[in-house]
Amino acid sequence: MAEIRNYTMNFGPQHPATHGVLRLVLELDGEVIERADPHIGLLHRGTEKLAESKPYNQSIGYMDRLDYVSMMANEHGYVLAIEKLLGIEPPERAQYIRVMFDEITRILNHLLWLGTHALDVGAMTVFLYAFREREDLMDCYEAVSGARLHATYYRPGGVYRDLPDSMPQHETSKWHSEKDVARMNSNRQGSLLDFIWDFTERFPSHVDEYETLLTDNRIWKQRTVGIGVVEPDRALQLGLTGPMLRGSGVEWDLRKKQPYEVYNKLDFDIPIGTHGDCYDRYLVRIEEMRQSNDIIRQCVQWLQKNPGLVIVEDHKLAPPKREVMKRDMEALIHHFKLFTEGYCIPKGEAYAAVEHPKGEFGVYIISDGGNKPYRVKVRAPGFAHLSSLDEMVKGHMIADLVAIIGTQDIVFGEIDR
Amino acid sequence: MPTSIELLAAHAKEKFEAAIEVCLINRGELTLEIKRSELLQVCRTLRDDDGFKFEQLIDVCGVDYLSYGHVEIPAETSRARYASVYHLLSIAHNQRVRLRVFLDNKLPVVDSVIDIWNSANWFEREAFDLFGIVYEGHPDLRRILTDYGFVGHPFRKDFPLIGHVEMRYDADRGRVIYQPVTIEPRVLVPRVIREEGYGGRDS
Repeated sequence: MAEIRNYTMNFGPQHPATHGVLRLVLELDGEVIERADPHIGLLHRGTEKLAESKPYNQSIGYMDRLDYVSMMANEHGYVLAIEKLLGIEPPERAQYIRVMFDEITRILNHLLWLGTHALDVGAMTVFLYAFREREDLMDCYEAVSGARLHATYYRPGGVYRDLPDSMPQHETSKWHSEKDVARMNSNRQGSLLDFIWDFTERFPSHVDEYETLLTDNRIWKQRTVGIGVVEPDRALQLGLTGPMLRGSGVEWDLRKKQPYEVYNKLDFDIPIGTHGDCYDRYLVRIEEMRQSNDIIRQCVQWLQKNPGLVIVEDHKLAPPKREVMKRDMEALIHHFKLFTEGYCIPKGEAYAAVEHPKGEFGVYIISDGGNKPYRVKVRAPGFAHLSSLDEMVKGHMIADLVAIIGTQDIVFGEIDR
Repeated sequence: MPTSIELLAAHAKEKFEAAIEVCLINRGELTLEIKRSELLQVCRTLRDDDGFKFEQLIDVCGVDYLSYGHVEIPAETSRARYASVYHLLSIAHNQRVRLRVFLDNKLPVVDSVIDIWNSANWFEREAFDLFGIVYEGHPDLRRILTDYGFVGHPFRKDFPLIGHVEMRYDADRGRVIYQPVTIEPRVLVPRVIREEGYGGRDS
């Protein structure tokens, strides 16, 4: 009898189902995967090394580009670590703004995850629906920071500026008539907070729409139920965090367990799964979107009632106001110093972690007293998740591999750094 | 009343008296510096002892202390250059701890903790790739982030930011070639280290 040998197959790096630039070397027995060896690093830009060569504030923009679908959550980890090193706390309004944008970011991230995951498994419509809602949220990003994706909005000591009182308006063009524009602008008449409030009013019904398409869908369940099962003790061993850990039934969420900012003042629930398969992780993330929506509403209500500072008034850390600079010598010196040298952080080290949409996003900074970090280490959740891929896909078919990559919510910006 | 982190520190001191070189609480975080030979034994106790229960290894991070506290890379340094830093998380007790092991300058070798926490796999490969720290007992210590056939360890402090080689397509030879870098290093903001207490801040 002829000897049967395993196939070795290359998958990616240019393949839409790899969510970026993942190269997998698969060892196959027929169509069953025996071993998966992910080759990563194709998007490695040396973010941490670059951060070591720049003053602290100049690296905030790099953090956006790590996990480029949940930008502000990355910034949050970085500025929290700096704040921990400096021993400062942002004003309460800034904390609420950060929490609100963290949750907006969570919805942004989960929408992209849902759209692409469903697309990989063969459902086109969810993708289009998810991107419709993402558009509104990216308008919020743009209104507050000027950029739709890479916001660089969080600063050590607060946020860059207060929320705007008006929303940018659509204008008529040869594609949009005056009537169209009036309809498109109807929810943009008030402030940014009014716009977000309007979004949160209708978003739960949109989540219902996604669920109608997927939750009881026979094909969706066939592709996700019982696929990529991770037992709770294995999930801990493999370093899984966030929805990947909660999908396996471990009650762990940094927003509840090690609350940062104002999460301890807000009312929300943490969904957990029971089986640890792709379907449970899907349900967990869907419920997280609903909970995020509730958190955003609580933040909007608080922010509407409580005006105030959004960044600390220590001008050694945060630049003085432009108009003050025009007449005050000291303010001018502070501004000059801050933008030519930055600020020095006392010797020491700190690790700060946030509950990023994908899991625990931690930033470990070592300072030697200089104006640049001595070492920055970004602990990206996706890195640990992808390292568990081999174990998760063992014994599954190639088609399930795509579902598992989808459920891991992989983004290469943060894995390769 | 002692805080939970102080209790943890006291418990750790009691358990591994001989293995700890430094036990420090700073900014609400506990750091233990462990003797290199004792690492595995300490880690196993940290995972299994009921008082610790650090089920998760969150991160392994290589550090190169070559120019620590200096603006430029010093000509000579006597202290240990490389360190491997571990961040652990206990879900049961809701606590974190940081371990640091200093390594030899010549050949930085340390035992791999992969058998204690499987998540160490890629983190240790990363530290090997970027710093050249060798994790003994790791079953598959390959480069992970850098290119196939990359030479050197890019996150070491004596590795220039611009690198040594660059890649381009050579039309004559019809393939991609490596050549020495053509860009100049530039520093937009110089590195400054201020004395303790500068600007009213102390550690």
